[in-house]
Amino acid sequence: MVQPLEALVETPSQTAGPYVHIGCIPSFAGLDGVYPEDLGKSPISEGAKGEIISITGAILDGTGWALRDAMIESWQADAAGISPGDDGADPKVTGFCRFATDKDSGDFTLRTVKPGPVRGRNGQVFAPHISLWIVARGINIGLNTRIYFDDEDNSADPLLARIEQRPRVDTLIAKTTGAGSYRFDIRLQGKGETVFLDL
Amino acid sequence: MTDRAALMPRRRELQPDPYVPDYKTSVTRSPALPLLSMESTPSEETGPRFGHSLLGPLDNDLIRNFSEGKALAIGERIRVHGRVLDETGRPVPQTLVEIWQANAGGRYRHIKDTYFAPLDPNFGGCGRTITDDDGRYEFMTIRPGAYPWPNRANDWRPMHIHFSVFGHAFGQRLITQMYFQGDPLIDLCPIAATIRDRSQLYRLVAPLDMQQSRGMDYLAYRFDIVLRGRRQTMFENKPEGM
Repeated sequence: MVQPLEALVETPSQTAGPYVHIGCIPSFAGLDGVYPEDLGKSPISEGAKGEIISITGAILDGTGWALRDAMIESWQADAAGISPGDDGADPKVTGFCRFATDKDSGDFTLRTVKPGPVRGRNGQVFAPHISLWIVARGINIGLNTRIYFDDEDNSADPLLARIEQRPRVDTLIAKTTGAGSYRFDIRLQGKGETVFLDL
Repeated sequence: MTDRAALMPRRRELQPDPYVPDYKTSVTRSPALPLLSMESTPSEETGPRFGHSLLGPLDNDLIRNFSEGKALAIGERIRVHGRVLDETGRPVPQTLVEIWQANAGGRYRHIKDTYFAPLDPNFGGCGRTITDDDGRYEFMTIRPGAYPWPNRANDWRPMHIHFSVFGHAFGQRLITQMYFQGDPLIDLCPIAATIRDRSQLYRLVAPLDMQQSRGMDYLAYRFDIVLRGRRQTMFENKPEGM
């Protein structure tokens, strides 16, 4: 026999369901007045340092149909690559945003500041990216992915380097559509399936 | 500077399967390719923090928050309470817990819910709170009703409350559902069944807690939540080769 390992196990996830908006962004669900405003309405406030960008996209299911009922959360560093809350971070960047796919078109838009490169352990440097967490009806455990940018140098990013099938790297890179605007579509399944993360 | 140790890897085999044919919507919304696994990075090890200034006085009282205290929601009065811990057993203090649920008749106040059970004019269905220094939280609410949903021809959701918990790191983010002890619909529910391991599923079933109930007022249910932990080691953050 050996000493027992005393460890708890993470609580199992369950789908956020079709009514996730009630709990997380009630005004979007038509439930006004419970809170002054929806949490994570914007990841930045007036005066945030850096380039203001806007990313639009859709979340497509295995048939190519855009989800109309998903909620996304984003989390990112400021323009200098410093995590909100850390010493020296831009006080105008909360870094956290909640947004939904439109109930008619299926598109989402995230307006934020472009993050800087982020330093990790052992001298690792990650190219500028925004982390996403996607929940919806039919998604039993939230899906993690990242947005990188086609106008940044992604060649040395340690996460992108781990993707064996090189064409799949493209699924994590937002494409420039104009000055400060990008397109980033997420494919849950099938041809062009987005790389989802377990980290 | 917050704690930056790596997160323990998720025990995916104990989490729900993404693809479960009996839960029809999951069929086209589940990735078919493997996830890319690697050690967590600062983007997962940090996360948003929310302070008490966020909260209004009735935010954790769903019986009264929609009417701003002017009238009470219809239904069985219950208190839901518990602790948020991490996998090392330590409490997760000062973290945001959000809940949402159907009303006593099984109807959500949501533009897309068309079930004909009536809305309660005094029930909104959402609430939030922040855990105390011991990771404790509590809500007052009404017991939500079971309701039918479009999946197989006669599927019903057991009574449940949706929970959203942040922890202190974006990689700890969790959304789950709390079920109620004794509800026979749990074992018939294809969403509950996405968790293959029944002993894991039963961790989502809150027991009746008579000790914390109050006579002539409310029944209590206890629901503890465990978030991912961090590896505890002195051998972190050393430059390569040292």
